[in-house]
Amino acid sequence: MQIRREAIAGTLESSDVLIKMEPSGHPLEVILSSPVKAQYGASIEAQVRQWLNEAGVSVGRVELEDKGALDCTIMARLKTCLARASEPEKAEGGQA
Amino acid sequence: MRRSMMFLPGNSPSMLINGCVLPADSLILDLEDAVAPDQKDAARELVRGALEHFDFGRREIVVRINDLESPYWEADLATILPGRPSVLMPPKVASGATIQKLAAALGAKEKELGLADGCFKILPLIETAMGVEKALEIAQASPRVVALFLGGEDLSADLRCPRTKEGKEIFYARTRLIVAARASGIDVIDTPFTDTDDLEGLKKDASFARSLGFSGKAVISPRHLETVNQVFSPGEKEILWAKDVMAVIAEGKRLGKGAVSLHGKMVDKPIVMRAEQILATARAIEEVR
Repeated sequence: MQIRREAIAGTLESSDVLIKMEPSGHPLEVILSSPVKAQYGASIEAQVRQWLNEAGVSVGRVELEDKGALDCTIMARLKTCLARASEPEKAEGGQA
Repeated sequence: MRRSMMFLPGNSPSMLINGCVLPADSLILDLEDAVAPDQKDAARELVRGALEHFDFGRREIVVRINDLESPYWEADLATILPGRPSVLMPPKVASGATIQKLAAALGAKEKELGLADGCFKILPLIETAMGVEKALEIAQASPRVVALFLGGEDLSADLRCPRTKEGKEIFYARTRLIVAARASGIDVIDTPFTDTDDLEGLKKDASFARSLGFSGKAVISPRHLETVNQVFSPGEKEILWAKDVMAVIAEGKRLGKGAVSLHGKMVDKPIVMRAEQILATARAIEEVR
């Protein structure tokens, strides 16, 4: 899968994470903000990179605004965001 | 045991995780009304993650999918069934054919996932006038159907009448569903009480539903769980009575008596069945404590 267009998934509510993806033309960049970044930031980022790598994503920008989400919530939001970001850009007139 | 069935919005991580600690007999993870059309994909993934990773303990896990006339239900099944929910709740069910269509889809998915045939159960949500009229057909459409579930809000809209706390407008539907479910040997669940602040009104409504024959009640606020569980649990007096019934039956058998009585009233088969049901429910409650 590839990040072909801008997409977001998730929310800024407690226990959730808001993820934004956009194409960049550069090697994968993961930017994380989280209240637990000092303790778990490296682990979260490693997990995100591993999952995206397994999904075949090596290029693009991924930004995570974490609000205390569990691992499975982060994974669910990543899957949704990547599915949305990998859809082809809609042509004018609304057709994909 | 389905005394209380608590709805949780499928796209809310904090509400889903709360399900692991709420004292509900069943949790209904909702992909339908609680989820906006443009968030269906996100809710499916979140519910799948919850099914695979959360420890819901003994609680029965139901997923309310989108109705079979919508463009969403097949994607709902494709995403969530690998997470192995116990029960699927299709909304707006108005015929046995809808249940058979869903049962066929579940059967195909069971085969694909290598699961036992019939392991996914169905809990139809009946919330239209046609659904009420076809309650028996729906209840008997598939052996997967474990209960009927009344949705009073949508039904009132379909009946073109206001929904009231007294619930006179849904009395016929309530009794019709109870008779259809009991005739089919399955449970029947009452519509939620939607005023989250009125605990007295909730108790009255739930007690009335239990007196009619409902197995339990839907719940939309955690504040309602304690009251609903209490109303649908046998009280101390009922348990003592049931134990006395079983004791006089055992004594009658020992003495070779054909007919026995308790407090001057004959104890016949329906009385024994009622006593057994009360004791079975009491034992099930003890197990979850």
